[in-house]
Formats: sequence, C-alpha cells, structure tokens
Amino acid sequence: MAIEAVDHSHWSPLLGRLWWDAIPPDPIVWVTFAGVMLGGIALVAALTYFKVWGYLWKEWFTSVDHKKIGIMYMILGLIMFIRGFADAIMMRLQQALAFNGSEGYLPAHHFDQVFTAHGVIMIFFAAMPFVTGFMNYIVPLQIGARDVSFPFLNNFSFWMTTSGAVLIMASLFIGEFGQTGWLAYPPLSGIAYSPYVGVDYWIWSLQIAGVGTLLSGVNLICTIVKMRAPGMNMMKMPIFTWTALCTNILIVAAFPVLTAVLTMLSMDRYLDFNFFTNDFGGSAMMYVNLIWIWGHPEVYILILPCFGIYSEIVSTFCGKRLFGYTSMVYATMVITILSYIVWLHHFFTMGSGASVNSFFGITTMVISIPTGAKLFNWLFTMYRGRIRYELPMMWTVAFMVTFTIGGMTGVLLAVPPADFVLHNSLFLIAHFHNVIIGGVVFAVFAGINFWWPKAFGFKLHEGLGKVSFWCWVVGFYLAFMPLYVLGLMGVTRRMRVFDDPSLHIWFIIAAIGAAVIAAGIGAFVLQVAFSIWKRKELACDGDPWNGRTLEWSTTSPPPYYNFAFTPVIHDIDAWTDMKRCDVKAPKAGFLDIHMPKSTGTGIILGGIATVFGFAMIWHIWWLAILTFVGMIGTAIVHTFNYDRDYYVPAGEVAEIEAAAHGQPLPAGA
Amino acid sequence: MTASTMDTMTNATAHVASPEQRTAAFYELEPHHHPEGASTMLGFWIYLMSDCLIFAMLFAAYGVLGGNFAAGPGPKDLFELPLIALNTAMLLFSSITYGFAMLVMEKGNVRATQAWLLVTAVFGACFLAIELYEFSHLIHEGAGPWRSGFLTAFFSLVGTHGLHVTFGLVWLFTLVIQLSQKGLTQANKRRLQCLSLFWHFLDVIWIGVFTFVYLMGMI
Repeated sequence: MAIEAVDHSHWSPLLGRLWWDAIPPDPIVWVTFAGVMLGGIALVAALTYFKVWGYLWKEWFTSVDHKKIGIMYMILGLIMFIRGFADAIMMRLQQALAFNGSEGYLPAHHFDQVFTAHGVIMIFFAAMPFVTGFMNYIVPLQIGARDVSFPFLNNFSFWMTTSGAVLIMASLFIGEFGQTGWLAYPPLSGIAYSPYVGVDYWIWSLQIAGVGTLLSGVNLICTIVKMRAPGMNMMKMPIFTWTALCTNILIVAAFPVLTAVLTMLSMDRYLDFNFFTNDFGGSAMMYVNLIWIWGHPEVYILILPCFGIYSEIVSTFCGKRLFGYTSMVYATMVITILSYIVWLHHFFTMGSGASVNSFFGITTMVISIPTGAKLFNWLFTMYRGRIRYELPMMWTVAFMVTFTIGGMTGVLLAVPPADFVLHNSLFLIAHFHNVIIGGVVFAVFAGINFWWPKAFGFKLHEGLGKVSFWCWVVGFYLAFMPLYVLGLMGVTRRMRVFDDPSLHIWFIIAAIGAAVIAAGIGAFVLQVAFSIWKRKELACDGDPWNGRTLEWSTTSPPPYYNFAFTPVIHDIDAWTDMKRCDVKAPKAGFLDIHMPKSTGTGIILGGIATVFGFAMIWHIWWLAILTFVGMIGTAIVHTFNYDRDYYVPAGEVAEIEAAAHGQPLPAGA
Repeated sequence: MTASTMDTMTNATAHVASPEQRTAAFYELEPHHHPEGASTMLGFWIYLMSDCLIFAMLFAAYGVLGGNFAAGPGPKDLFELPLIALNTAMLLFSSITYGFAMLVMEKGNVRATQAWLLVTAVFGACFLAIELYEFSHLIHEGAGPWRSGFLTAFFSLVGTHGLHVTFGLVWLFTLVIQLSQKGLTQANKRRLQCLSLFWHFLDVIWIGVFTFVYLMGMI
C-alpha cells in the first residue's frame, strides 16, 4: 500500500515528529474531522451565546460533588460509546462488503486502526466511565454519606480519564492510532514494527486515564470502609455497594500492573530497552502474561458493579428482599479472588504445557460456580415476587438470558483443547461480546433507566425506552450469533477481506444486527431528548419505584449535601425498613453541614496532562519537560491551599429542605 | 423474622413508639464531629500497596529477564558490593533520621522536626548521588539498559526506586516549607505521617533490591 511507504522519520526540535504528514491521507477521516470541527464550533458558539461557560466551570468542571462527577463520567462514557460504536459499524460494513474480490472500503492501515480503537475505547473510555459513574453517583447515597473520602481527588480522577479520552480522539485526526489490536502485543507494538505514533497514542491515553482510575479506586474503597452511616455494618451494606467495594479492590490491585507494563513498553520504544524485544534477551511472552494479569481482573472490574445494579433492580421490581444476600456477598468476594488466578486462559496456545493449562482451565471453570449462584439468587428473588416489568427489569431479564449463554460459551472456551481450536476465532469475539454487551451494556441501560429519576427528578419515557430495549436485544442476537457460527467454521478475528463466498451470508446478518443496534442507540438518544422535553409530565418524587436502599430516601435530585440528617441503619434495605416503620424525616432542628469546596486544580492538571501526553507521543521534548514540571508544580501549589472545606449554615439547609418538600419554612430553623 | 429484630429498633416496637421516637431512632439529630482527614491514612496505605505492586512487577520482570545476559556482562562482572553497602547504609540512616523527625514532631517541636527532615534529605541525596554514579559508571562501561534483558530489568527496578526517592525529596522539601508557614497543624502532621510511610516503604523495597538483585547476584 502507498500509505505504508510514507516516510515519517522527520523530526525537529520545535515540533518533534509533528509535521504535515500527520494528517491522515484518508477522505473518511477528513469528512469526520470537518463534521467534528463544525459541530465543535457550533457547540462552543452556542455555549458562549447562552453564556453558560461560567455556569459549567463553577457548577460542573470544578465541582467536587460526587453526584455531578458521576454524571460527567456518564456523559463521557456515552460520547465515547458512540465513537466506539461508529468503529464497530465500520467494521461490520467492511466485512459485509469485502467478498467476491471486493476489497471493501477500508484500506488495511485504516481497518487495523478501527478495530484497535474500538476495543480500547469501549473498554477504557466507555465501559469504565459508565461503571465509575454509577459507583460515584450511587455509593455515597447508598451508604448515607455526604460525599466521598477525597472529593478533590475524585474531580482530579475524572479529568485524568477525560484527558486520556481527548488524546485517543486526537489520534483520529493527528497522526494515527495503533494497528496492533487493543492490547498491543509486542513485537508488533515494538518500535521496529510500529515506528510511528499509533502505539504511543495508545500508551499515553491509557497511562494518563489509568492514574485517574487507580485514584478513584482508592477513593471509593476509603469511602465505603470509612464513611458508612451509623449502624450500617458490612453485612448491611446494599449489594451494589458491596460489588463496588470488590471492584475497587480489583482496580487497586490490577491497575498498577497495567501502569508497570505500559511503562516497560514505553521504555522499549523510547529508550531502546529490551523488556519485550526478540533480541538481547527480551521476552514478548512476559508482556502477554503481565498485560493479562491486569486484563482479566479488568473484565471483572466491569461486570461486578453490573451484577450489583441487577441485584438492586431485581429486588426492587419484585418487591422482595434479595434472595441469598449473604451468598451474593460471598460469591462476589470469591469472584474477586478467583479473577486473579485465571489470566493464562487468554493464551492457552502459548505452550505452557498441559499442567499449567489444566490449572488455569480449572480455575476458569470454577468461576462459573459463584456466578451461577448469583443467577440462581436473582431467579429465586423473582420466584413468587410481585414482578413489575418496568424498563430496568426488562433489561435485567434480557441480561439473565443473554449472560447465561455467554457464560456457557465461556466455560467451553475454558477447556484448553477446545480453546486450541477456537482461539483467536470469531467464536471468541462472539463470546466476549455476549458477556460484555449482555452483562455490562445491558446493566448500563438498566441502571440509567433505574437511577435517572433519582438524578434528575423525572422518569425516562417508557415507550421509547422499550423501542431501544427491543432493538438492542434483537440486534445483539442478530449481530453476534452469526459470529459463533463463523468462529466454529474457523474464521479468525481481525480479518479485512474474505475469499470463501459461503461465509458471506453470516456477515450480512451480522451487519444487519449492527444496524438494528444502531436503531437501539438512536432510540435511546431520542428517549433521553424526549424525556427532557416532557420532564414536567414525567416528573416524580424521591422514590418513584418503591425503592429499598437509602438513595431513594432523598429528594430527586438529592440536595448537594445528600442528607440533611444522617440516617441510622438497622437493617439491609434500610429505606424499606424506614418505610415499614413509618419513619418521617425530621422537619426542623437542622444543623450546620460540613462540605468540601470546589477547586479548579483537577481540570488544570488534566489539561496539562493532555499536553504532556501529546508532547511525549510526538517527541516534542521541550514541551514534555515543561508540562511535566508544570504538573508537579501545580500539584505542589495545590498542597499550599489548606482552606478546603466550609459549613453550610443550618438556615440554608432548612430553606433547601422546605423548598424540596414543598413546605413552609419551619419557625426557628 | 427479619434481621432487624436483632437491632435496637424492632418491627414490633416500631409501631408503638411515637413518631418522634421513630425519627430519633432512624436519624442522627445531634451534631457529631467528623475528625478531619479520617480516611487519609487508610487511603495512603492503599496507595502504597498499589505502588508495591508496581515494584512487584519490576521484581517479576527481573526474575524473568535477570539471567538473560545476551552475551554481555552479568552481576558478578558489574556490581561493587562495598559501594552498594555504603548506598544501603545511606538509605537506612535516612529512615532512622526520619524516625527522629517523627519523635520530635510528637513533642511539638517545629524547628527540630525541620532539622531532622533536612538531615534525612541529606542522606537521601547521598543515596541518589551514589546510585547515579553507579549508573553512569555502568553506562560508561558499555553496560547500559539497552545492552541486555538483565540490564534492562536491573536499571528499571533500581531506577524506579531512585525516582521514588527523588519524588520523596521534592515532597520532603515542600513539607519543610509548609512547616515554616503553618507549623505542626493536624493537616501537616498527617502529611508528615504519609511521607514517613512512603519513606520507610522505599526502605523496605530497597532491602528487597539489595537482597535479590545485589547479594543473590553475587552468589
């Protein structure tokens, strides 16, 4: 291809590798760029015209309120999800077209970037922000806290994640993205085979976002361990909070591994080290081991909070306490531990020998036991429950069916001899989309439909929600069941063109499935837009679903301090307990509330980190040094600010509470 | 019977108690004091353990690559134990002096705390100077990190530790200035405790490096 022949070896002290040849030679990218630019300019102009910059800066960007940060994570996740889905639909279209001698419409150079970006974006910048967003918003409310343990760190974590997302988006228009697949195995990702900026974009966007993820993990563990309301011992915590705790333990124990392995790959690429090189005593297989020691816990980082979401929904919409709460907690803990001793099943074909493969095959199969226990807990919660098939419950039932199928194909892949046949095939692709879409994506939609009324004070429109639901479920099966078939027929992943015409029909079905999913996403966007438009009609009180946990005891949306009075917990499902005992929230005697102050340091550090990453990617050394010193300096300056909190006067609390409950101000508040 | 019967407020009593009593049983009506920074030490411990995992990966890489000399020099050709012993002594002394800083901090003596911190910084700087000398010496001899898998893993492990010490020094000087400005406030004491954990943690890591890389390399 002509594109590979372009010489990118230009370097200047001022701009590093950045030169005119950084503009991708691809009309698809130019059109996208023009669209993004026009859209961006229109957005900036609108924000300026309506004078909302000050509001955004003051109330959102610099806010340390866990609820606002949670919502910002969800918005980031949604934007990146749509970007990642655009990549997906491009791949489906390419593979449906590239038959009978056709090359399709994507050159190899571009197609390889698309499948790499799709995986990276969906895991790191869609699924992770969604999961972190839910945990941020819900956990403090569920445990009766007013914020997280380290509110500034929370804001900083969000902006580091966003910084990584900005870099990955920049790679679309300036230079290129990796063409290595989402985990960038060496030696392909080494400097010899990927000499230009693609892998460096991958490294730095993940490295910077990883800092955010790790710190947010530390933050949420401390919040759950230290800030629970009085009476809420560990075995009275809501199950979503339990899964959040386990996920954050996994984050803290897994992400440093990613940091280390990314640094090692950087050293190989930037300073000619020999961690993973073929010569001078490096070991590429060490990379594959290390990245999956992070990578396998990562998939449980994503799925555990989703199990928590489903648990809350099942128990709420069946009007029953969750069946087997204790076993659910133990199952979650067991999965947390087991997720660390299965990583080798991602490369049974490496040649570790029968004993090692058997060990990892068995540990992998063992994970299906606690997971199966969870499914039975949900089923038994439904058994003889008064089930209300509202949208969150519909997503949950779809999950239970879909995830079970994905789980069974997973157990099949866990058998090493079967894996030797199916390794690297579309069967594997079908399997993990089966569990990630059926598990994580369905949970995101279930959770959004469930908690949206809490966050904004009105429900999402049910009709459009059902359109979205059915398009998603039908589209999912149409898009991925054919991949199981193709995988069993021996089709490998990441193929751009095909020779065998008998495969064509399956790719066409899969492409139709992707189009149906696109309709599901469209319906969701419409659902949100329409619901915002009709928010008066859809308005609800603090407890629209007859909820069971403490977040439903506040108004919708909750006041910024969450609880005027800290609740005292006597039972699991604390809010149900309060309703059963007919407890009324106090209407007078409000106290001063201690709250953290907003700060701009997080967004400033995130901004500098973006420039630092960009400078490292393009080898602009002076700028890299400058921004690195700038980051350290900004952080140090921040530590000289000791004035980080304030008291909300009791009078203000009384006014807010009275307004929220539509009552006159009590005398002597 | 539900689990709530085990608690102070049971279902049975809930309905006979007056509404006010029920409210009082389910809400904290009295002001209560949250100790400032109550989560900080736990959070810092968790951060340190995550940092420990980065070192674990570097140790693992050294375990895998440590024997891959690529026809280049090995530990016995390169390491000078007397120099490393001196280096180790510097770091261990710096930990002792940091301990002294914490003792005078408990007595509320700002000046003495700052003095011991600065003594700690001198030992830390000596450690770094010796390490940099060792590195430049190795590179000068043609045994840079690009020479072999063994040297890659060696430089990365020891260098990452050195970077942590450098960062600790920046932090230490920042705290010395903050002590001058604000004195031994609760916030500053907490910061000193965090740096103390960090500093001793680096000592522990170094003992691992000294044992597994240097001493066992000479066997």
